[in-house]
Amino acid sequence: MAKRSFLIPGVDKRLLIKDSIKTMPDVTRRRFIAGGASLGALTLLTGCDVVDSSSAENMLARISKFNDSVQAFIFNPDALAPTFPESAITKPFPFNAYYDLDDAPDVSAADWKLEVRGLVDNKKSWTLDELYKLPQVSQITRHICVEGWSAIGSWTGTPLRDFLKLIGADTRAKYVWFQCADKDGYNSPLDMRSALHPQTQMTFKYANEILPRAYGFPMKIRVPTKLGFKNPKYVVSMEVTNDYKGGYWEDQGYNSFSGS
Amino acid sequence: MASLTVSDEQVRANPAKVIQPAWVRVMHWVNALAMILMILSGWQIYNASPLFGFSFPREYTLGGWLGGGLLWHFAAMWLLMVNGLAYLVTGFATGRFRKKLLPITPSGVLHDVRAALTFKLGHDDLSVYNYVQRTLYAGIIVIGVLIVLTGLGMWKPVQLHWLVSLFGDYPTARYIHFFCMAAICAFLVIHVLLALLVPKSLRAMIIGR
Repeated sequence: MAKRSFLIPGVDKRLLIKDSIKTMPDVTRRRFIAGGASLGALTLLTGCDVVDSSSAENMLARISKFNDSVQAFIFNPDALAPTFPESAITKPFPFNAYYDLDDAPDVSAADWKLEVRGLVDNKKSWTLDELYKLPQVSQITRHICVEGWSAIGSWTGTPLRDFLKLIGADTRAKYVWFQCADKDGYNSPLDMRSALHPQTQMTFKYANEILPRAYGFPMKIRVPTKLGFKNPKYVVSMEVTNDYKGGYWEDQGYNSFSGS
Repeated sequence: MASLTVSDEQVRANPAKVIQPAWVRVMHWVNALAMILMILSGWQIYNASPLFGFSFPREYTLGGWLGGGLLWHFAAMWLLMVNGLAYLVTGFATGRFRKKLLPITPSGVLHDVRAALTFKLGHDDLSVYNYVQRTLYAGIIVIGVLIVLTGLGMWKPVQLHWLVSLFGDYPTARYIHFFCMAAICAFLVIHVLLALLVPKSLRAMIIGR
């Protein structure tokens, strides 16, 4: 496994700096089109003019949408992500985001409220104390990053499906859309079947301790059947909706289903 | 698929004419394109979180950034899988694999490797593969199957976790995937070099004879 140096517990400094540089929105985001344009041979296969970069982009976007439906098709709502013994936990569990930990949201527990919107019977907001009183379960699962690295962590919280039932959510709706407290307003849609997966969790604790800021205090959505970027941190609201509202990374080209 | 109608019977009936039937040629070049797309986009993905202490040069990656690399990788995978499956099915069904690639004996391999290294390996009859070719071609088929299976496992480590556990665990599957890529690259270098040394073989793979 790649050797990483962890300077602050829970924070992979090298990864953090590397990522913040690499994943910053910039012109290189659009360079995959240029990469496509150089492959003239592709014209033969697709019949589209790859010199016109938007054709390549459209083709890739179309295939990605097709891949969304293939993944939804093979998604088994009963298949559980593998769980691990405590000895397998990755220590320290890495911090990873497009921002530095110093810029991570510093949410005040007293002021924070979870807003509930959309197709739900009860739209009341929830304080942290109220949420902490809900029944919680623990799980030790592998977090797999879209970059390829992975880490095993211990998460404790309330199954999202129990909460959705509690608030009278219309579970026939297509998505639960999460918004987060960071400055760019990170958001991400979660398809309803994944939201109802037994291991999908509103996480309040890491390793039996109150969720640290690095991992998304006060609430992270832990989805072991998705890649890491579909696990929003610092969540401030959830909306049950039939509309595809896009997401921070999804809008930049990461596959929206990104199931594991 | 008119190209599939050229059977090995016809090849045998007229060995001097068709060395590589049309289906082999078509699938070979589709595979070449799919492999190159997979390798270049795979390098882009590797660079996002390198397994080892090096990255691939930017100029040799496809996609521009991780998201683009992933889009290419998960698009080209269909090309690779559909073509690869068709190749395996046709290769077994027509008996081509058995006829062309077997037997592979250790003594035969040793003999032909020695001959190849001293440039004494004959290529008079291109329709018969020598032991170096048989080993390389059979080997690359196995590697190809392995890289697709580890790739599928990494793509769906929850839905296909039986597949991941077949290789150990997720990180192990990732290493195997990488080493298979390295083996394919090594094969590519040797394969292209040998094809250039025997230009008739390249011509046969393009026009069939």
